[in-house]
Amino acid sequence: MRIKYLITLIALWLSFCISAVANTNESEPETKGPEKFNAGKMIVEHIVDNHEWHIATLGETPIAIPLPIILWDNGKFECFLSSNFDHHTKIYKGYKLETEGEHKGKIVKLAADGVSVDKEAALPLDLSITKNVVSIFFTVAMLCLIFISVARRFKRNPNSAPKGLQSMMEPLILFVRDDIVKPSIGEKRYKKYMPFLLTLFFFILFNNLLGLIPLIPGGANVTGNIAVTLVLALFTFFITSFSANRQYWAHIVNAPGVPWWLKFPIPLMPIVELIGVITKPFVLMVRLFANIMAGHIIVLGFMSLIFIFGSMSLVAGYGVSVVSIAFAIFMGLLELLVAFIQAYVFTLLSALYIGMASEEHHQHEEIIH
Amino acid sequence: MELVKPEIGLVFWMLLAFMLLLFVLRKFAWKPIMGMLHDREDSIDEALNMANKAREEMKELKFSNETLLHQAKEERDSILREARKIKDSIIEESKLKAKEEAQRIVEAAKESIQYEKLSAMTELKNQIAQLSIEIAEKVIMKELSEPEKQKALIETLMKDIKLN
Repeated sequence: MRIKYLITLIALWLSFCISAVANTNESEPETKGPEKFNAGKMIVEHIVDNHEWHIATLGETPIAIPLPIILWDNGKFECFLSSNFDHHTKIYKGYKLETEGEHKGKIVKLAADGVSVDKEAALPLDLSITKNVVSIFFTVAMLCLIFISVARRFKRNPNSAPKGLQSMMEPLILFVRDDIVKPSIGEKRYKKYMPFLLTLFFFILFNNLLGLIPLIPGGANVTGNIAVTLVLALFTFFITSFSANRQYWAHIVNAPGVPWWLKFPIPLMPIVELIGVITKPFVLMVRLFANIMAGHIIVLGFMSLIFIFGSMSLVAGYGVSVVSIAFAIFMGLLELLVAFIQAYVFTLLSALYIGMASEEHHQHEEIIH
Repeated sequence: MELVKPEIGLVFWMLLAFMLLLFVLRKFAWKPIMGMLHDREDSIDEALNMANKAREEMKELKFSNETLLHQAKEERDSILREARKIKDSIIEESKLKAKEEAQRIVEAAKESIQYEKLSAMTELKNQIAQLSIEIAEKVIMKELSEPEKQKALIETLMKDIKLN
């Protein structure tokens, strides 16, 4: 875990450095034209969600896969392809992809004049199939394909040694079962939670790994997106809450072994306990999001260094590229490890929270009496 | 800020996709996989237990075989010992018997020899007596062929009677 903090620190430091460099570049009078390299902008554009799947920019023309945009605005759906915006430059049906300001990257509605942004109107509800959504769908399809075929192989040869894809997945499934779920929840009740925890583990692992592949269909920063980790954490939260037994709630409302005056006039302890209940999934959400995003930022940072130095002089750019790529490879290997560790940690903590909530403990009752 | 603000659209699709994934995998993947894993573990456990049991049985069988063999050997040895003993005693006995028989035969032979000798002696005696009588007859006949000699003899005989 200490390594993780170190990496996050380096990432922060690096992003500060880069934005510092970028800022100094920006503050200079624009002599080289608008296409000057901006590392901070480039990195953020790569790690946030996007309405199109950008592949490369050749000269001035960006090459991107258009994705469907679905808007819920004033009680009706608007569906069209993102290519209609022509890479943030065009207005379509009175909508526009904002390029700066507080709504940067969002679809905003234009006022009646068709030029200025309607500041009064609420943003249309954006249910577009974005890059991350496509990536999630891809992972879902891949997971279904892999595990259903593994299951079929299990069914066909029930008592034979594992083979092929099955022998790759079986140790992972057994790892989740025997090293994560069983010790956290207990022999008696673990079976009920296996489907969720297995799905969680493999969803996170596959998305983490896919995020490391820079080529399509990988490269989307899915698990480094707070919306995704929010949903995963919410699942854990609701499953924990619904599987909690009476003792768990009693423990929150009336914590045993605490003086009554901490509970009665002002319910201090219940509030603290309640905050604890919410903090757990919140921490899950932030941990996964921050770890994966940090990994992406570092690798992108190393890549940016090449172009920053390249914009100073060609030789410096090529010189730095060797070091940068070496570091990026090192980071990539580290991220492989992190991809697994984060999937493991998320699943382990989810299992622990569920186990804690549904645990049958008797010693607390004794304290109450 | 845009990094830490969850977007509704993505949350919506993620929720949908994850629920779908959970449902599909739960029904078509995890249930059969977990079931089969469990079954396989059970069958492996069973097989191991059975192998252990078989090994124990083999051990026991081997042990009993060994004891059986041992017993058989001992029995064989004792039988052999007894047989040797019997053989020795039979030989001894027959030797004794043979000696006795020989003794008996020798005794009988001796007896019969004695008897034969005796009878031969008797016969010889008889013959000798016969011959002596015949000789005496002839001698007497010759002696008494003349009347003086007869008279002389009667005289001597008369003399003896007188003496008596």
